[in-house]
Amino acid sequence: MRIMKKTTFEEALKSLETSVRKLEEGSLGLEESLKTFEEGIQWSRQCQQRLAEAEKKVEILLKTDKEELTQVAFDLGEDE
Amino acid sequence: MADIPFEVDLDEEHPPESSLLSGPGEKIWSVSALTRKIRQSVESALPFVAVEGEVSNFKAAASGHLYFNLKDGSAQIRCVMFRAAGVRLKFQMEDGLQVVSRGRITVYEQRGEVQLQVAALEPQGVGALQLAFEQLKKKLADEGLFDSARKRPLPFLPRGIGMVTSPTGAAIRDMLTVLDRRFPSIPVLIHPATVQGDLAAGEIARGIHTLNRLAETHGLDVLIVGRGGGSIEDLWPFNEEVVARAIAGSRLPVISAVGHEVDFTIADFVADARAPTPSAAAEIVAPHRQELLAAVSGWRERLLAGIQNRLEIRWEGWRTLRARLGTPQSQILQAAQRVDEWTHRGGKALHFLFSRAAGKLAQGQAGLRGSRPDRMTPLYRAEVRGLASRLAPALERLVAHRREKLTEKMELLDSLSPLTTLRRGYGAVQKADGRLVRGVAQVTLGEQLGIRLADGRVSARVESVDPDLPGPKPPT
Repeated sequence: MRIMKKTTFEEALKSLETSVRKLEEGSLGLEESLKTFEEGIQWSRQCQQRLAEAEKKVEILLKTDKEELTQVAFDLGEDE
Repeated sequence: MADIPFEVDLDEEHPPESSLLSGPGEKIWSVSALTRKIRQSVESALPFVAVEGEVSNFKAAASGHLYFNLKDGSAQIRCVMFRAAGVRLKFQMEDGLQVVSRGRITVYEQRGEVQLQVAALEPQGVGALQLAFEQLKKKLADEGLFDSARKRPLPFLPRGIGMVTSPTGAAIRDMLTVLDRRFPSIPVLIHPATVQGDLAAGEIARGIHTLNRLAETHGLDVLIVGRGGGSIEDLWPFNEEVVARAIAGSRLPVISAVGHEVDFTIADFVADARAPTPSAAAEIVAPHRQELLAAVSGWRERLLAGIQNRLEIRWEGWRTLRARLGTPQSQILQAAQRVDEWTHRGGKALHFLFSRAAGKLAQGQAGLRGSRPDRMTPLYRAEVRGLASRLAPALERLVAHRREKLTEKMELLDSLSPLTTLRRGYGAVQKADGRLVRGVAQVTLGEQLGIRLADGRVSARVESVDPDLPGPKPPT
């Protein structure tokens, strides 16, 4: 399996699509088919991980006394 | 033209020749005193003037003061705009510009020059901001900063979004609302900036630089720079060169989101993408999560269907061959039955041969009784001997033929047997009690399993169980 650390969602989705098309084409041998399938599953996991719900994080940079930047959670306030 | 001597036109009041002669009581001025007197007269007569004319001989000194002449068809006047006033000019001064200058007239005593000290200057015809906009737009366009080749693609799904905007405006609220709706989990890092007034441009540019610096550590893929709607003066910071340069120099792609649909700023031209409003910027930057989820699961479905189909085709092929093979036991039984059958038929043939021989012998014996035995006996003896000698090879041929047939059958059987499958690289996985493992549900983590290979056994331990692979249907 290739290293997938740095791939973007778009690349993962493209790879998933490629795996599906290869498999659907039907010219692969059994071992190749299984390998392609497994790769496809990995890509689809990668995609789903990126889409997985996580708590939204909105932060704002603030200047500290030492002219350094620090970030804190951002709150829009009450005025809805 | 910079050194036109100061001349006072005295035509109106030419004094009589005699007054030019010296006389008692005549006042003799020093140059300085006279010049000062002129300055005072001019300054009190014209405390504040507005004058229109064309700019010529423009020079910006290193000190920051601006020097130029204002002229019309027949006259010109020196102008100076000191640094403090000059920095407030939005547009670039250049020769040929028609302007209205406002300020006070004074005399530069060292040179005896009348000059206009310009406090404010605005172009004629177009507004100062409009002019500045056009000038900067042309300048940056000439540098190629608006070229479409420079535009970087936006990430399809950003890991994180940086925003340079006011933390209290409507713009930030709009953007966060839209992001929540489309893709709630993308982290946002806000660099607060004043978005109107003289300080704004600097703060916005600094924000762009800072977020670029933090991009790597904070996983930012894209920036949104903007504010909500307002007057052209309100939006002005986004027309300033320092902001345009910051956007052009940004390593991260930048989406400009300034004002409403109709507002175009220099930032819009330099940015990699222009959003008509801040809400639209959020829509451009974040894909719709539900749509992506649907797309991914669609592909996943097809992947599963694909592999299932591939496996089914193979099982089908296997089933067909298997059906043609019958069970190994029945093949062996059939073969054994044929051996029996042929043995039986061989026996019968032998029996037939013997009985025929016996018949002939009896016949011979009967004939012998009515004939001369001394003549007949050698004859029969020879025939029996001949028959017996033919019998053995015939039997041998018969058995050899059947053995050959049987070997053929056994070979066919062998080629289709599980052992051959094992020799092709497959393995049969067995539990400790010998049961075959047909699916991941049958095993547990850490369980000891045996794998039957073509030439022996391997024992293995279950390290992980991944149920994703759809279980092929067991052979029917």
